[in-house]
Amino acid sequence: MTKQEPLSTLRPQRKIRDGIHVAKVSLAHGGGGKAMRDLIDDVFVQAFDNPALAPLEDQARFALSDLARHGDRLAFTSDSFVVDPLEFPGGDIGKLAICGTVNDLAVGGAKPLYLSCSVIIEEGVDVAFLRKIAASMAKTAAAAGVAIVTGDTKVVTKGACDKLFINTAGIGIIRSGMDLGAHRAEPGDAVLVNGLLGDHGAAILAARGDLRLTTAIESDCAPLNGLIDALIEACPQVKFMRDATRGGLATVLNEIAEASGIGIEIEERKTPLREEVKGFCEILGLDPLYLANEGKIVAVVPGHLAEVARAAMAAHPLGRDSAIIGHVLQGPAGRVVMQTHFGGKRIVDMLVGEQLPRIC
Amino acid sequence: MQYVDEFRDPDKAASLIAAINELIQKLAISRDKPLHIMEVCGGHTHAIFRYGISNMLPPEIEFVHGPGCPVCVLPMGRVDDCVAIAETPGVIFTTFGDAMRVPGSKKSLLQAKADGADIRMVYSPLDALALARDNPDREVVFFGLGFETTAPSTAFTVLQAEAEGLTNFSLFCNHITIIPTMRAILQSPELRIDGFLGPGHVSMVIGTKVYEFIAAHYKKPLVVAGFEPLDVLQSVWLVLKQIAEGRAEIENQYGRIVPPDGNKAALAAITRVFETRDFFEWRGLGSIEHSGVRMREAYVRFDAERKFAIPSLQVEDPKACECGEVLKGLIKPWQCKVFGTTCTPQTPLGALMVSSEGACAAYYQYGDLEGLRDRRAADAA
Repeated sequence: MTKQEPLSTLRPQRKIRDGIHVAKVSLAHGGGGKAMRDLIDDVFVQAFDNPALAPLEDQARFALSDLARHGDRLAFTSDSFVVDPLEFPGGDIGKLAICGTVNDLAVGGAKPLYLSCSVIIEEGVDVAFLRKIAASMAKTAAAAGVAIVTGDTKVVTKGACDKLFINTAGIGIIRSGMDLGAHRAEPGDAVLVNGLLGDHGAAILAARGDLRLTTAIESDCAPLNGLIDALIEACPQVKFMRDATRGGLATVLNEIAEASGIGIEIEERKTPLREEVKGFCEILGLDPLYLANEGKIVAVVPGHLAEVARAAMAAHPLGRDSAIIGHVLQGPAGRVVMQTHFGGKRIVDMLVGEQLPRIC
Repeated sequence: MQYVDEFRDPDKAASLIAAINELIQKLAISRDKPLHIMEVCGGHTHAIFRYGISNMLPPEIEFVHGPGCPVCVLPMGRVDDCVAIAETPGVIFTTFGDAMRVPGSKKSLLQAKADGADIRMVYSPLDALALARDNPDREVVFFGLGFETTAPSTAFTVLQAEAEGLTNFSLFCNHITIIPTMRAILQSPELRIDGFLGPGHVSMVIGTKVYEFIAAHYKKPLVVAGFEPLDVLQSVWLVLKQIAEGRAEIENQYGRIVPPDGNKAALAAITRVFETRDFFEWRGLGSIEHSGVRMREAYVRFDAERKFAIPSLQVEDPKACECGEVLKGLIKPWQCKVFGTTCTPQTPLGALMVSSEGACAAYYQYGDLEGLRDRRAADAA
């Protein structure tokens, strides 16, 4: 979790301009003139403060020699965040935007280093709210040990976007010798998760307020690169990792089964779920296996290393409830099956669209 | 989860399965001529698949998935009417979530929403009423559908709208009734059903006495069943026990919820607001006498059918579709020609593929697809 060292090609830090003195963002702030510079300086540059961002060139610049210290291949990813509501128990769109991209890099075996941050703001959004989101992004980036080094700001007319959209792209360096892939699962491998599933999906649904359900469920939104470091260190033979975001555990398992041409069997009894999430799903007729997570990975490791991998994750604060939930079978290829606690077996298929609550 | 996990206890399940197997032995039922038990309600279909109950039971028992998924039996013409109302300028159209994907002849509500109609998913008809209060310059229409389970809450919502003097709220009534539908199934000459799992939540409203004719006239056992997996297993065992003892009776396994006389307040609200239609069109089953309700004259000002010029056209189900045969238990979902080929959850042709409670969607989602395709190939050969 060390902060990146200053890069040799950087210019001296530019002086921050005037602050922004109005309460709400207007189209003037997207016009490319002084108002826009004030908004960027005051809200984003201040919060993200780092030597690579300060010169405000059209691009961030890195010395290849610095990057090469971490590994031998570059990982590059991008993700857009349009979550509703923008703030929810356990996080906000800013935290989510950092965690999502950090995790997408980390599950590839990469050390996440640099992120971009592009925001699309609907006119009329409170400047104070933007500051809060920027501070949340900065705090999460610091916790994950990454720097936000470039970005872009656009302001659009009312109705053209829903308050605030954020895109983050990220660069990381893949450790030498790591080769992870969904196609590498083989019969005998074990399937693990790093904790309780479905918290994010349930927290967001509840936070939207239209269900009139009050829950104490918080999003699990967290940067997982630290946990993944610990897993790789203990079990460098790990074959595949993916963060179980939209579509949840079920979707990731199906992706593995399809890419590797194998079958997967998981056990309901061993699949960690919070009591509140179970109850929430019970009331709404939802299946927690399909609920989104923002702080959970699915990992495939050779069977004989399953306990080593589980223990390594469980020793990390973000992996206390880690569990070996199932294993890889010869076939049927592409099929995911769950042994239900009740004693039956059911197919866990890909979801077609969104999960819709049942009528009765 | 307290009060839920108790009904999912694997040890109790094992002893019920053993008891069921014992009865099957005693009845000397062969695998070639299995017993057919119809679960009337879509909620049971969902539970059977979700907990893997079918493959825990001996192969001598086959479930026939009945017509009790209100979304599945919704005819295309009615979906077209919904779309027409939703696309009327000024309308906010509100619906339960799982009706969104039901295909109409041109589009589903989900597609209409993408095309710009203001369609909102609600979790209760009272949410629609709140929308009407908050948007006095808009007409808020609630798409009421379902059996007697959902009809009382819709009726109470209309009564509430009346009490508040709301003029911008209306109901597009598609509520249906279970008894005439079961009667129609029982009258079907091709009937191949040995016993019924009666609908739990419908019975909570209508009670159990209304089923008496099924035992008395048609000599079929019916057990009103709960929705937890142990409820389903115990109810299957109760049906078998009746058959083994040569009885045909109405039994109530779901006594913790279902009173014999139903819920009087709920029934009174239904009767106050709704009256029986002469006929109602069902997808796959055709027109069934007295199987639907409409709003009484006294509530005409809340009736979307009269407030809007709706096309009300009867639209034929796609020719290849065999939903009707599946609903009547004449064929299994996988025996339909288009199952899993041109009719999938992504592109449903028939309504049974749309809702997660639909028999075809449940087979597709939770079933052994390859095994089913093999069986279909073997059948064809």
